[in-house]
Amino acid sequence: MKDKSKFKLKHFINYIVIGAATIIFTILNFTGVLGLSEQFLLEKITIAIILAVSLGLVVGFLGELSLGHAGFMCIGAYIGGKISALLSSSSLGTGLPNLLISIIVGGIAAAIAGVAIGLPALRLKGDYLAIVTLAFGEIVKTLFLNSSDESFGGPIGLETPRYDRNHLFIIGFVLVLVMLAIIQNIIRSKHGRAITSIRDSEIAARATGINVTRYKLLVFALSAFFAGIAGVLYSFSNYRVQCTKFDYNYSIEILVMVVLGGMGSVNGSILSATLITFLQVQLASILTGDLAVLQNIFYALVLILIVIYNNAPALKGFRETHNLKTFFSKLFKKKKEDVDPSLVKDDEAKWNRIPTKINMDELLSMDVKVTESTMKPDKDKGGSS
Amino acid sequence: MSFIVTFLNGLSLGGVYALIALGYTMVYGIAKMLNFAHGDIIMVGGYVLFVFISLTGQPILAIIIAAFLCSLLGISMEKAAYKPLRGASPLAVLITAIGVSYFLQSLAQIIFGAAPKFVIIADLGVITFGELVIPVYSVITLAISILIMIALSLFIKFTKTGRAMIAVSEDKAAAQIMGINVNTIITVTFLIGSFLAAVASVFYLLKAPNISPTFGSKPGIKAFTAAVIGGIGSIPGAMLGGFLLGIVEVFSNSVPAIAPYTDAIEFLILIVILLVRPTGILGKKRREKV
Repeated sequence: MKDKSKFKLKHFINYIVIGAATIIFTILNFTGVLGLSEQFLLEKITIAIILAVSLGLVVGFLGELSLGHAGFMCIGAYIGGKISALLSSSSLGTGLPNLLISIIVGGIAAAIAGVAIGLPALRLKGDYLAIVTLAFGEIVKTLFLNSSDESFGGPIGLETPRYDRNHLFIIGFVLVLVMLAIIQNIIRSKHGRAITSIRDSEIAARATGINVTRYKLLVFALSAFFAGIAGVLYSFSNYRVQCTKFDYNYSIEILVMVVLGGMGSVNGSILSATLITFLQVQLASILTGDLAVLQNIFYALVLILIVIYNNAPALKGFRETHNLKTFFSKLFKKKKEDVDPSLVKDDEAKWNRIPTKINMDELLSMDVKVTESTMKPDKDKGGSS
Repeated sequence: MSFIVTFLNGLSLGGVYALIALGYTMVYGIAKMLNFAHGDIIMVGGYVLFVFISLTGQPILAIIIAAFLCSLLGISMEKAAYKPLRGASPLAVLITAIGVSYFLQSLAQIIFGAAPKFVIIADLGVITFGELVIPVYSVITLAISILIMIALSLFIKFTKTGRAMIAVSEDKAAAQIMGINVNTIITVTFLIGSFLAAVASVFYLLKAPNISPTFGSKPGIKAFTAAVIGGIGSIPGAMLGGFLLGIVEVFSNSVPAIAPYTDAIEFLILIVILLVRPTGILGKKRREKV
């Protein structure tokens, strides 16, 4: 029983933490502690979390690199913003139904784009796919930049009705929870294992009968759907949506969050998205003008160093001995060792030496040696006689 | 008549794209990686030109220094960021390359600021043949880029190093067995690619004398598109793709109705070609073995 509850806690820890954060911030909000800037920060954090986790699904679990995540977000922001602008002039007003409808429509629009870009993904992979998604992001940007003033505002941007700031971040948190529920349940199901098996070896996955094409499309559409939702949230938290915001650099920023958090880790993405957004907002007042680029240099270095550290073949041994997991387990082990004197240690060492497993390889190799030694005298005899 | 001038301009832009695309395609063919930071070497070359032309006032000297420094940058980039990851997953190498590109851009912005700088290498003017008004830089760009491409093709076909490069791109392990130092070959490849990028930066500045930290990203992406269209890893493919894309771009820009969508059209061509021929026009199909 104890093991079972531990198992559950590990899997639900992120729901608990984010749920608790939602409740705490909601209470703080109603008591009037949170100012405008804090609310804005929370909105940004929820948007970043949704973006990072949804990109992490493609990069960390499917193992393909998408550089067009900002493009999907752009579609969501424009379509969702437009829908909400249309709805607000109708009888619905700017209330919650308006928000929900535009979030769903924006998400679906981005998901359709995700399928459209996922279809070439059936035939392409790796570097080609990265460049196609990059090209896709640029095309989206160009299309919205050249749109007419009536449709999407062209270079000036689309004016959006801003949602009541007092509640938007709460909706953002709820959306994060919904997304976690969907994405984590998929990852932990057989579909999730199919997706990770595509990442580990596409050929092997194909050989075991996994429909690689279908899963790639599913992941692309899902990731685009949530990026679109993040875009709609963005359009609600700002007065105006401008396509210049959703450029290549923004996609890279999201990628940094995923890589920093650890590829293939949902909780890592949440943590790093929160941390990076928080730092960004705090540093924005200190680093102004060209100095703001210092942040980008930091991103670039983090990206390079983390990837080299995690992937360099030469650092494999180092990585196995020096990582956070062993660091923590060492910390806990030390506490136990402090209680036991050195005598007990010796005892343990003796017990360790008792073989518990029969090493088949060793036995077989011994057999081979025996046959060789028995063969040799035979040959010698044959030669002499 | 304006058709001929537009075509010539397209060819000259295509020549520049082809030079950059050669850098991409050679690195891809030999190191099996996509060097995302290749476009930013063009930017670094541009800033080196800017600094040395404003310091000394001698364009030729500045060009030589730029070519030297860019080659040095290319080699050190490979040694510092890509060499530790040799043998790692392609995704890791790709993300590192993006990081390097981002790093160079940010560094340039801190040193020189985001505002564009003005660099005049030489004022070349135009030649007039009756009604034809041909910009001189177009002719020079086209001539020099074709010369460089011929020289490169001869180098790869007839020298020992060039043939070693082909061998490494065909089969790395077998090349190593034959006594080829793969590390040296990869270094030479980065050197040549970066040198070509420096030359391309000179041509780019002749055409439009403004330089900013993101100066290299657009030609970089375009040239990569060209390399992929032609078939990445194939040297004639990069040249073909470069000229094709240059002509498409100049013609699309000359029609006012579709000029704003030029980028979108080019990327659409890329997507369509990849759908029809996933390895590009001249690319070889490689079957993955287990």
